[in-house]
Amino acid sequence: MKPINSKEEYQQYVDQKTPNSPILKNCFNAFWVGGLICAIGQIIFEICKTRGIEETISYSIVSIILIFISAFLTALNLFNKIGKFAGAGSLVPITGFANSIVSPAMEYKSEGYVLGVGAKMFTVAGPVLVYGISSSIIIGIIYLIFNTQSITLI
Amino acid sequence: MDWMMVLKAFILGGIICIIGQILIDKTKLTPARILVTYVTVGAILGGLGWYKYLINWGGCGATVPLTGFGNLLSKGAIEELKSMGLLGAFTGGIKATAGGIAAAIFFGYIASLVSKPKIKKQ
Repeated sequence: MKPINSKEEYQQYVDQKTPNSPILKNCFNAFWVGGLICAIGQIIFEICKTRGIEETISYSIVSIILIFISAFLTALNLFNKIGKFAGAGSLVPITGFANSIVSPAMEYKSEGYVLGVGAKMFTVAGPVLVYGISSSIIIGIIYLIFNTQSITLI
Repeated sequence: MDWMMVLKAFILGGIICIIGQILIDKTKLTPARILVTYVTVGAILGGLGWYKYLINWGGCGATVPLTGFGNLLSKGAIEELKSMGLLGAFTGGIKATAGGIAAAIFFGYIASLVSKPKIKKQ
């Protein structure tokens, strides 16, 4: 085997050795698992609707129930298996966000309840909240600027 | 029960997940970056007022993926901005998403309390 000298050669070597993930199969699995999660959400939403609960509250109820299910499955170590199978199908829905909080919380329990559970919970969720909240504030301010000049952006 | 809506939610949610899967397979983005991208994109689409068309069509297929979380953040910020002024941009976003964030933190904490600490696999 010839020695690897540059970064490019190394990248080529890595590309050769890593197996090509079957993208079509992955996409199919992501589609039906992700779709199923959203369909379950919609069923909960429809049940809320028949009981006459307001729409925005219903969406919150859907999120909370799905987050609970996800946390429950993560605690039983079942979510990891679903995640391996479904890829983005379980990552992109709010279940993935919940899993990203619950999973490190469980994993770092041995490091204590404050700096272990309390801090490590936010390794993935922290950035999501930081960027989500920051962009929402920026969008709010942009909206305000456009509207004080009586130009409606939306 | 409106089963047509359930089917639409299935299709739209599935498509949004396929986009995520393609990003994972083709760009080698880490899951954390994908989640951040989704929330930011959702917030921008929500701010432009385009995300509500997706929600009108696909219901939970649009709100359950993380883009829906981003949309809720910016929608909440704008709505609160209208009623409270500049302060609303700061309070509105989190107020709208408080249920989800609090639930995830609380259930995460409970799960870590009840689960047995497992040995970290290398």
